[in-house]
Amino acid sequence: MKENVVICGIGYTRIGEHWDKSLRELAVEASLKALEDSGFDHVDAIYVSNMMSGMLQEQEHLGALVATYLGLRGIPACKVEAACGSGGMAIHQAFLAVSSGYYKTVLVVGVEKMSDRTTSEVTLALASAEDREYVISTGATFVGLNALLYRAYMLKYGVRQESIAKFPVIEHENALNAPHAQFRRKITLEDVLSSPLIADPLHLLECAPLGDGAAALVISCEEEAKNNKCDAVRIIGSAAATDILSLYEREDLLTLYATVKASQKAYEMAGIKPKDVDLLEVHDAFSILAPISLEDLGFAKKGEGWKLIEKEEVALSGRIPTNTMGGLKARGHPIGATGIYQAVDAILQLRNDAGKNQVDNASVALLQSIGGVGGTVTVNILKR
Amino acid sequence: MSVPRYWRERVTKYRLIGAQCTNCGKSFYPPRKVCPYCGSRDLKEVALPRKGKVISFTVIRVPPAGFELYSPYLIAIVELENGTRVLAQLTDVDLSEVKVGMPVEATFRKYLEHGPSGIIEYGIKFRPVIKGEDK
Repeated sequence: MKENVVICGIGYTRIGEHWDKSLRELAVEASLKALEDSGFDHVDAIYVSNMMSGMLQEQEHLGALVATYLGLRGIPACKVEAACGSGGMAIHQAFLAVSSGYYKTVLVVGVEKMSDRTTSEVTLALASAEDREYVISTGATFVGLNALLYRAYMLKYGVRQESIAKFPVIEHENALNAPHAQFRRKITLEDVLSSPLIADPLHLLECAPLGDGAAALVISCEEEAKNNKCDAVRIIGSAAATDILSLYEREDLLTLYATVKASQKAYEMAGIKPKDVDLLEVHDAFSILAPISLEDLGFAKKGEGWKLIEKEEVALSGRIPTNTMGGLKARGHPIGATGIYQAVDAILQLRNDAGKNQVDNASVALLQSIGGVGGTVTVNILKR
Repeated sequence: MSVPRYWRERVTKYRLIGAQCTNCGKSFYPPRKVCPYCGSRDLKEVALPRKGKVISFTVIRVPPAGFELYSPYLIAIVELENGTRVLAQLTDVDLSEVKVGMPVEATFRKYLEHGPSGIIEYGIKFRPVIKGEDK
């Protein structure tokens, strides 16, 4: 690495059903806010993280589209896609570009617009994160694949569903104080377990919702940020890894190998251990991914991640506050933008701007972004 | 669904053809050029065993576009007798009767119709092995 890399501007829209706004309008709104927050009026490149614009809007070539609508004609721009993990991967690509010294300042904007289509169309589009020819052709859905994990986890470790289904309850509590969250209301464990089954044993209230949103970051080298007097947070570790794409082909269903691999690299780069992390953003597209991620990131032994949830160690007042603005479940999960929202939520904490949800003395935050059922995982570590 | 794509996949899908790695011995479905486990390129195509057991399963209650008529239906990871894993629907069984560990066997079934004038997809599903017929 030649340059220290910092995030010096954040911008984001509320997550929800934005009937009145197009994909490009959402992307521009978040981008302009991030540029304004950073104080930069120019960037050297744009990375647009998005998964499904081709399928849902029949629009690709988002790099040039967003550059055009930001009035940044001439600069390099492209889309970064790694399914639901696109956001974390875009941050990683921006990190590489700036740390190499080739670009001084780049804009990363994540955007997804899902409300333009019916649930069954979006369900099919989301399923393209898995193998279209040999898995999705059977009628398996993305929810269904995570349900396969869920059943195997409970059976292997003898865990009751209540111990895992509590995670969305904690997240909804956090989202109450997050103005940009999609769902700002409390739910109870009973609500979760009595909500309709989507794919047994996964209930509706254990699944992240569909929503529209955009979030953006201005990422720069430390020197530029100093010159510009930015309120900057450093990226001290950034790594990505892949796993065998299809869940069914993995010897151990319950370890997301790419999480283990990416986190080990990121910890090593940052020179820290899990105990040094003050807050976590895990990719809880489904409740079951929370305990598995806590284990694979090194916060619990294998088969014991659920204990951190049951004992509320992941709550704001717990030992390792997780998804402090509601996570994918309650803040929302606009697929390609989600990894960027994770960074936004962590930066609000690190800047001491998290309002009622502020975690005291938060200095180091870890972000885990998952594509597919762990086919891609990125881990980015931020430090104030 | 494009017709050429369906045509390309027909042998693998109809006959449950996989590949075995001559280096690490593992076999997998579908066949490919490089072993996903050890990276060896020394592979041979094999017809996979048609019997196995359920490793995990789910009931799809919110189906993707095209599968609405079949909902709710079962999806399972099945481990075949030689250890190869496949993902497929379970059929000829009540939703409440499925258990992890249940012995199942491959059977040739219809997957999906693409409208009144489109192609009809077929492939392998798994059904319980009926006691007394398990020879």
